[in-house]
Amino acid sequence: MGVETFPVLTTRRDAVIAWGQKNSLWPMPFGTACCAIEFMGVVSSVFDLARFGAELVRFSPRQADLLLVAGTVTFKQAPILKQIYEQMCEPKWVISMGVCASAGGFYNTYCTVQGIDQIIPVDVYISGCPPRPEAILQAVLKLQDKIDNPKAVPPAQFKAKEPSFDY
Amino acid sequence: METAILVEKLKARHPDAVLGSTDRYGTLEIQVDRNSIDRLVETLRADSELSFNMLVDLVSIDYSAYPGWTGDRFGLAYLLKSLALGHRLQLKVAVPEEEPVVPTLSHLFANANWLEREAFDQMGIRFTRHPNLKRLLNHHEFVGHPLRKDYPITRRQWLSANESLMDEMEVRLKEKGYE
Ligand code: SF4
Repeated sequence: MGVETFPVLTTRRDAVIAWGQKNSLWPMPFGTACCAIEFMGVVSSVFDLARFGAELVRFSPRQADLLLVAGTVTFKQAPILKQIYEQMCEPKWVISMGVCASAGGFYNTYCTVQGIDQIIPVDVYISGCPPRPEAILQAVLKLQDKIDNPKAVPPAQFKAKEPSFDY
Repeated sequence: METAILVEKLKARHPDAVLGSTDRYGTLEIQVDRNSIDRLVETLRADSELSFNMLVDLVSIDYSAYPGWTGDRFGLAYLLKSLALGHRLQLKVAVPEEEPVVPTLSHLFANANWLEREAFDQMGIRFTRHPNLKRLLNHHEFVGHPLRKDYPITRRQWLSANESLMDEMEVRLKEKGYE
């Protein structure tokens, strides 16, 4: 039966809310270093994050639902990042962009937090220094999948092993 | 000005402050007594034939891992430039580990304020009569001085709460005439 003859669609409430949320992510860039410059490339016309509904960049955490941590986070910066995350309204998601935010990168020093997941929960990590714009677009798509399917388990090849560092 | 004349002139004015001089890759370097650095720089700045009116940089050095070093553990290098006359000068000060204290230059050069705070923060050298000698780069709960060679480079220290920085702000507001 076509929609024309019976103009009602049944669905689950969760599904329709998730559909709305995933297609209207409002990112707040927490840009502390060079990755933030790369983020500018992603939102502007050539790569155009707007194609995925995430172009409305907010500079207030209270208006945003996606925190995009782009850059090196130092210990002096850590309480600020935590406070900004806490100021965001639920539901909220975090993308950690670049190796610095994800794991400290090459700053294995006294001043750099070795991954923002020591302070706030992270949904998607992006590797690269800085990541290519395509990688950021893919991270947004991954996050959209995750919002669609909050219970989905990542495929086995993407599951993290126990880290083993040998410096 | 000829470097020899410059050194002679300084020696005449401050006989106990100038300990020696060398040519460092084309720049004159003068070794200065630690406690006379402020008097000497005042002369260098005020004398119209010298007029060193710019402090380019202040570098602190930890010699504890330096091969074959027998002198004092720390050192400070002041790089001065004269904008009017175009000449440069490096002043070297030896700072002992037991008493790492040097007179401040912050009343002569505004940028010495932050440069000395950085040397204090990273290397633990204290500056007497500095108006605001507190950490510049590391956070206020940090313990130790990370650029000292005996600080383990990966010893990380968490900061529990953000600094309000109101003490710095109030000074700026007063400077600009808002009270
Ligand atoms: S990951 Fe690379 S590009 Fe990004 S902030 Fe760190 S150093 Fe800069």
